[in-house]
Amino acid sequence: MTTTTPKIDLSGDPRRRTKERTVRALFFAAGFISIIISIAIVLSLVGEAWTFVKGLIDEGELGSLWSLGWFPRRGLYDLRTIIVGTFVIAVIGILVAAPLGLGAAVYLAEYASPRARRTLKPVIEMLAGIPSVVLGFWALSFIGPEVVQRIFPSAGVFSMLSAGLAVGVLITPLVASVSEDAMRAVPSSLREASFGLGANRVTTTIRVVLPAAISGIMASLILAFSRAIGETMVVFMAAGAVGGALFTVNPLDPGQTMTAAIASLAIGTDQVAGEGLAFQSLFFVGLLLFLMTLVLNSASNRLVRRFRETY
Amino acid sequence: MAERTSATQRATREAVRASLEGKRTEPGAVIFKVMLLVMLLSSLLILVVLLADILIGAWPTMRDRGFDFITSGLSLNPETAGVWTGIIGSLIIALLVILLAIPIGVGAAVYLEEYAPDNRLTQWIDTAVRNLAGVPSIVFGLLGLTIFVALVNGIGLGGSTEGKNVIAAGITMAALVLPIVIITSAEAIRAVPSTIREAGYGVGATKWEVIRSHVLPSAFPGILTGTVLTLARAFGETAPLLVIGVATGFFSASSDATVIDNLTGPYTALPVIVFSWSRQTDPAFAATLAPAAITVLLAILFSLNGVAIYFRNRFEKRW
Repeated sequence: MTTTTPKIDLSGDPRRRTKERTVRALFFAAGFISIIISIAIVLSLVGEAWTFVKGLIDEGELGSLWSLGWFPRRGLYDLRTIIVGTFVIAVIGILVAAPLGLGAAVYLAEYASPRARRTLKPVIEMLAGIPSVVLGFWALSFIGPEVVQRIFPSAGVFSMLSAGLAVGVLITPLVASVSEDAMRAVPSSLREASFGLGANRVTTTIRVVLPAAISGIMASLILAFSRAIGETMVVFMAAGAVGGALFTVNPLDPGQTMTAAIASLAIGTDQVAGEGLAFQSLFFVGLLLFLMTLVLNSASNRLVRRFRETY
Repeated sequence: MAERTSATQRATREAVRASLEGKRTEPGAVIFKVMLLVMLLSSLLILVVLLADILIGAWPTMRDRGFDFITSGLSLNPETAGVWTGIIGSLIIALLVILLAIPIGVGAAVYLEEYAPDNRLTQWIDTAVRNLAGVPSIVFGLLGLTIFVALVNGIGLGGSTEGKNVIAAGITMAALVLPIVIITSAEAIRAVPSTIREAGYGVGATKWEVIRSHVLPSAFPGILTGTVLTLARAFGETAPLLVIGVATGFFSASSDATVIDNLTGPYTALPVIVFSWSRQTDPAFAATLAPAAITVLLAILFSLNGVAIYFRNRFEKRW
């Protein structure tokens, strides 16, 4: 009664299958490289950062992490100075970018005609394409002398204010494009419902569209803040204090940020080599910077995913 | 009495008609719209002032030197200094980015979009890519300094700079832009509708054959646009190069240097020239040569962006 099925091989040409497996393995390897780079970043930072901390403990100099200022060549590694400097500049940047970027985003998403949008959006993208070294130069040659010193004659050419303003210009397109995406993701049925109840465009924008897009807007601001913290060239060129800085919260003073501290130490690497722990301190600061931006970016990613899921 | 009622009625009718026909102007609405427009226009104004300021600064050099400024190498004399050394350095870095980051990035995007099973490992890769995209560029410089410089030195390409050369710079820049390549390519691949794939499977093609003959050609315009924008990014990035030992001062290659000597020797890049000239003590460099170098840099970046926009419009497919 048993029927024997004829044996037919449906799996195809074995060479073809081998090829499939090889190709798949290659693509997987390409994907896995991202994990390797992530691990390499963490390891390269943690290794030298640990040497730095251990060195300070061995010398009994942990107190130098909380001292007069950031003068790594003299063994003063006051973290307050560079962390506060970073935040002062990032906050000024956000104060510039939030109104400019959000205003532009609301106009483009809710008011502009499709034609105006098609011409205005590439211009904003053009602003986004300007490299930070150019804005650094402009902060030094224009914002410092022509803007900051006109308003505050007591300020020097280098100040945290002019660096912060330039950082604001740098992150404005980011705020504009991410929050515009968030507002355009709000379904038009919500707007139509509001118009149907007799609300005008202002009310619809403020009471319906903005609340619906709030997680995306918050995400854009957090992302911009994280970018401001990680920005190097503008701050390095315009905030002054290349060799070191005293602790200050006054935006009119020159200041030092974490990124600028890394860059200025790195440029003088040859002189630093063998001079105590200055070289290793670079990696410790790098690790702090990496962790801060990691936390901010994860928060922003989570918010973006939320507004994508809702609609 | 009757007349007064009709006057009120008339006024009411007018008011209702006006509001129905939308001729009513609310000051609040106008102010809001003007405010938004002011915000948008100030961003544009900043762009215009920035470009004008730089072009005015660059004009004397551009007028007097012309192409000579582009084709001259570094020099301590502001009369003869040019950006050629930086253009060459940036081009070699861009070439290494194309050779390394584009194949690996597109490959990773194909894996994530076409192959990856929904498991823990895929989530890790996904998280790694998204986090890497947000890592400050200077941190990639630190990565390059500890790992890629040593790697280049280890495989015998260290040369006179002990690994702090343009090869290490290219690898570092490739790692920096890799997440962007992956994200933009993945978006382009995701936009290919599944019917295109099913058409391929329907005639008996294997997965790789479908990807090669259907998915990648359909996603090609998007990938190309992303690639060009990535190159623009690599051209403008400065901070990581400073960390991995790009030359910020004057140097010149000896006349009998071979190609290998030049690749493994000191190097500079176009944005680094902008940086180092703007902090020269000789004011001629900061006031006139730096804006001229910026003009060259921006001209390259804007043409790359223009090429990207052209590709997007020329090859864009609507499904």
